[in-house]
Amino acid sequence: MSATATSDAVLLQGIAKRFPGVIANHDVDITIRSGTVHALIGENGAGKSTLMKILYGVQKPDEGTITVDGQTVTFGSPTDAIARGIGMVFQHFMLADNLTVLENVVLGAEKLHGIGEKARSAVEQISTTYGFGLDPDALVEDLGVGDRQRVEILKVLYRGARIIILDEPTAVLVPQEVESLFDNLRVLKAEGHTILFISHKLDEVLDIADDITVMRRGTTVGEAKPDSITKHELAELMVGSELPSPETEESTVTDEVQLSLENVTVADARGRRLCAEVTFTIHRGEVLGIAGVEGNGQAELVETIIGMRKVATGRIRLGSEDMTAWGTRARREAGIGYIPEDRQRHGLLLDSPLWENRILGHQTQPPSVKGPWIDRAGAGSDTERIVKEYDVRTPSIETVARALSGGNQQKLIVGREMSGQPVLLIASHPTRGVDVGAQAAIWGYIKDARRDGLAVLLISADLDELIGLSDRIEVILRGRLVGEFDPQSVTPQDLGAAMTGANEATA
Amino acid sequence: MNALRRLGASLLAPVIAVVVAMIITSLVISLSGSSAGDFWSVIFSRPVDRAIVNIVNQTSLIYISALAAAIGFRMNLFNIGVEGQYTLASYAAATLAGAALFPGLLNVVLPLLLAVLVGAIWAGIAGLLKVTRGVSEVISTIMLNAIAITLVGYLLNKYGVHVGNGVRSTVIPESSRLDGWTFFEASDGPVWTLATLALLLGVGFWVLLNKTRFGFDLRATGMSQSAAVASGVNVNKMVVVSMLLSGAIAGLIWMPSFFGAAHSYGTAFQAGLGFTGIAVALLGRNQPVGIIFGAVLFAFLNEQSNRLTLETDISVNVVQITQGTIVLAVVVAYEVVRRYRTKLEQRTVAEELAGQRQPAPSERATT
Amino acid sequence: MRARQLNHLWLLISLGAILMVSAVRILTGAHGIDSIGTIRAAIIATCPILMAAIGGLWSERAGVVNIGLEGQMILGTWGAAYFTYYYGPWVGVFGAALLGAVGGLLHALATVTFGVDHIVSGVAINIIGLGASRFLAEAYFTDLEGGGIKQLTGLETPTRVTIPGISDGAEYLADKHWFLVSDLASLVGAMTTDLSLFTVLVAALVIASAWILWRSTFGLRLRSCGENPAAAESLGVNVYRYKYAAVVVSGAMAGIGGGFLALVSSSGFTTGQTNGRGFIGLAAMIFGNWRPGGTTAGALLFGYTDSLQLRDSTSVHALLLIVGIGLVALALWRLRQGKTTTAIVMGALGVAFLVWFLTTDSVPKEFAGMTPYIATLLVLALAAQRLRMPAADGLRYRRGQSI
Repeated sequence: MSATATSDAVLLQGIAKRFPGVIANHDVDITIRSGTVHALIGENGAGKSTLMKILYGVQKPDEGTITVDGQTVTFGSPTDAIARGIGMVFQHFMLADNLTVLENVVLGAEKLHGIGEKARSAVEQISTTYGFGLDPDALVEDLGVGDRQRVEILKVLYRGARIIILDEPTAVLVPQEVESLFDNLRVLKAEGHTILFISHKLDEVLDIADDITVMRRGTTVGEAKPDSITKHELAELMVGSELPSPETEESTVTDEVQLSLENVTVADARGRRLCAEVTFTIHRGEVLGIAGVEGNGQAELVETIIGMRKVATGRIRLGSEDMTAWGTRARREAGIGYIPEDRQRHGLLLDSPLWENRILGHQTQPPSVKGPWIDRAGAGSDTERIVKEYDVRTPSIETVARALSGGNQQKLIVGREMSGQPVLLIASHPTRGVDVGAQAAIWGYIKDARRDGLAVLLISADLDELIGLSDRIEVILRGRLVGEFDPQSVTPQDLGAAMTGANEATA
Repeated sequence: MNALRRLGASLLAPVIAVVVAMIITSLVISLSGSSAGDFWSVIFSRPVDRAIVNIVNQTSLIYISALAAAIGFRMNLFNIGVEGQYTLASYAAATLAGAALFPGLLNVVLPLLLAVLVGAIWAGIAGLLKVTRGVSEVISTIMLNAIAITLVGYLLNKYGVHVGNGVRSTVIPESSRLDGWTFFEASDGPVWTLATLALLLGVGFWVLLNKTRFGFDLRATGMSQSAAVASGVNVNKMVVVSMLLSGAIAGLIWMPSFFGAAHSYGTAFQAGLGFTGIAVALLGRNQPVGIIFGAVLFAFLNEQSNRLTLETDISVNVVQITQGTIVLAVVVAYEVVRRYRTKLEQRTVAEELAGQRQPAPSERATT
Repeated sequence: MRARQLNHLWLLISLGAILMVSAVRILTGAHGIDSIGTIRAAIIATCPILMAAIGGLWSERAGVVNIGLEGQMILGTWGAAYFTYYYGPWVGVFGAALLGAVGGLLHALATVTFGVDHIVSGVAINIIGLGASRFLAEAYFTDLEGGGIKQLTGLETPTRVTIPGISDGAEYLADKHWFLVSDLASLVGAMTTDLSLFTVLVAALVIASAWILWRSTFGLRLRSCGENPAAAESLGVNVYRYKYAAVVVSGAMAGIGGGFLALVSSSGFTTGQTNGRGFIGLAAMIFGNWRPGGTTAGALLFGYTDSLQLRDSTSVHALLLIVGIGLVALALWRLRQGKTTTAIVMGALGVAFLVWFLTTDSVPKEFAGMTPYIATLLVLALAAQRLRMPAADGLRYRRGQSI
């Protein structure tokens, strides 16, 4: 593919990586030119993260070669990659909160300048050169998100990295922070660094990248230059044209209000507002979609509605009843179904059989229980029903949940939460990390339920999913609802602008 | 067949552990210049009648103690304080029973209830500290152990009956004694009446954990606190309730012996059962049936080792090494077996499903 | 700069404490509360607790909870006795460390390699430690001179030194019972009279541990494993290796603490002589907020109460006054910070202690023995938010699963 190998910083050829039951990467070919910002884009689960772990030496590829600066290399561990001048900034920061900036930076690279004064001045120098403005003696726990990210970048620069991998660096940033990150990246590029930028946000990619590689289903499917491709074309490459996206159906919205929030404010332990004065209603037969960049309060909002967090001020009503003071159990008994964002942490008992997982969240409701007793037979036969109706692929209901694939785990959860005629369904990223078949099925179930008069609160990072399923979309930004959109007329671009606050600036 | 395989897998870990412990014990004995063969022939010889009675009685005490620890462990709550809870509870019950304020059987039932109450309260302190102040129950129960033991020492010294060098609580009246049933010669001693308490508690434990909503909530909290919270479990309440339960059971640990043989709190008090219980709970995987085997094994080893002094030159204390090694080996073995089983199960599911027609998206992509 | 301010604070607090003790001593006439003998006894009682606590610090800073300290300490007592009998006390110290380290290695094997829960493994190690020391004592000490199935007495003790001029002078001043002067003289006297070199070694080990953990590359890496092992791994730190090193050193430290018990605190080895000191060490470490300075302060406090209960009851009684005044002072300080609730709780406790002091003449000696445990519970309950244990302490860690 590439004729001028010497000017390429990194060359990945024919990379493949398999895990039991899953092919994470196959036939991956990428050429990254020196001194450029190279974007790697793709949906969640497209195999970007695995590929980056391979490039950083965390995992070994089953096939294929990695060439760095013209030399073929094999990485046994991140140390090898670091030695080759590769540095990685993880999406979830790899920082020790209780250590100082200096300690975090020099950790693992103590041979360079020790851990004392020499190291401090080296850190200060880098911080100044690239305009990071970090105090080496500050505790990391006292830093904001943007500063933490700069600490991460400082870490890789300190090690002399020339090739820097940034894994979804903007996912946790607010727009101003994104801007200052991009400023930092431009300085880095000007200094001759090569940057590999992983994202699924097209605007950002078009803004910062020199080259773009698109991944889908574990492999590279196309390359582009930002000035010769439109966002729509990129999106199509990313999603694949044959991929189904949910089609909106005729409205089934009724007049009957099922859930209403009035000026709901949620604060964390320190009193910082996570959600502020949120007000909305959902009617029976209506799907309300919430769009927002991750970390803008949607997760906290969901946890508040299901009762896992306390409301600071405001009221929540279910139908005509005020449920602000209810616990999670009372809310579930009143007919709220909950598909959690992190199914493994919040939705399943991984080492329990499926029939016990059927009981979870319905410990007080038939057919799982009779009075204070667990009804094993009832739970078992209802699990059989879910397995059949929701097409959960499992050898038996005695299988432990951990053994199922992500998609089948999710179908089980959806089936469970639809049981017992719920009145409200909270679906948080219902199709995240789920294969295409299961995704279409889950969309189908949500539509069916809506038709039957269920009120649905849908949170998703997949804008097409939101537009396709919702009757109405609210955008959440920094804990506040900042705009309402009609999915019939809205475009992902409009939503994106509202989600990032871009429309605020122009308005 | 699936059930059979599962049974095999659950037996695998303890069997490995016992074998490892036997090897290590043999090594230790050989290294100290004695004969491992002698040791095993004494241990595995048929217990005398008297020893059988002792083993049954001791099994009941150890079993109750293990249940007390297990109920906390099942929800990832480490009640290390069983020792202190039953010491304090035993002293309280012995004092009340010794005062003989009530006639006959009432003088048994009320002290038993007091033991339950005192044990529950002492454990409840740790539970409350955990939910209100975020204090780790491991540390607080260790501290409470020491406080309880010192406190009992003080109270006994101050209010107890001083006899010669020793001190004890007032002996309970004849009418409040529950000696039990003699199966062999009278000199072999009786199996204590209250040893049946162990059986009752075991059944109760099993029913509570496996058949009730409360038990489901408790197990769910132990397996995944986050999932339990999302399912509507009030975890703080569960922490306090299960600490109370654990302490309540702990309060009863020494009662069979007290009403059956000791009749007063003093030198006859058997200390250390709390820690034995923790070990046995781990050994039996916190399952009521598994714990039975663990309790019998420990009681058996303790009793049989008494013969070592008479018949060999090996120290009785070697069985403590055996017991400790079994516990450590069994938790390691469980962990290893668990990992292996998870892998196996995932593979089995993948294989069984491959039999069905299922084009996984990734497979489709490769073609 | 921040560190220097902290040092000033410590100095002020220490000075305030000495002033208060001195005042109480004059007021009550309980000169025993800080006589040379009391302080010497306190130092001797402190050392084993301190070594266990420092052991705990090593392990927990690397993210491994070690409640097996008690068992490792017990192994240390046996190791010290055995090696001292045959090779002299300094090899005995080494033997204590060695046996403790074996206990630590076992804990590391279970928790790091096999991923067993740290508490569970610790419990098992305590059982094994106690059993092993009893068995080994019976197997190896029974036939020795001064030995029995449960003990080995008459062991040679590490050298003791007295610095002639200073020791006598200090003793002279201390006996005058003057305000402040005599108290400081007691302190000097205790450190110059009949001081075991083993005590000096303990002090050196504490300082060395603090230096290694906070000032060296090795220590930085070790602490990073306790704070965020995934981050450490992503930077090429071999987390398993550091955890192993930390837990083995932890066991060795606890073992040395056991050795001190057998060689200095008492006249020889007896089974079970640790008597829960491993746990008290753990408490001292928590009391000290997982830091060397605080840990040492905690160990001193616990060692002092431990020694005082054995000495005289008037002093224990005077202690009530000190605790009462101290709590009231703390309450006032809290009040100034605006922490009303804790201030009220502390103030009430303080007043209760004062009332107790005024209405009684003596304190049961058992109550002094409870002090470390109650103090730890109170500290945990009242200051839990200010305590900061290593972020990944006690968590299982599997290589390569978190990146």
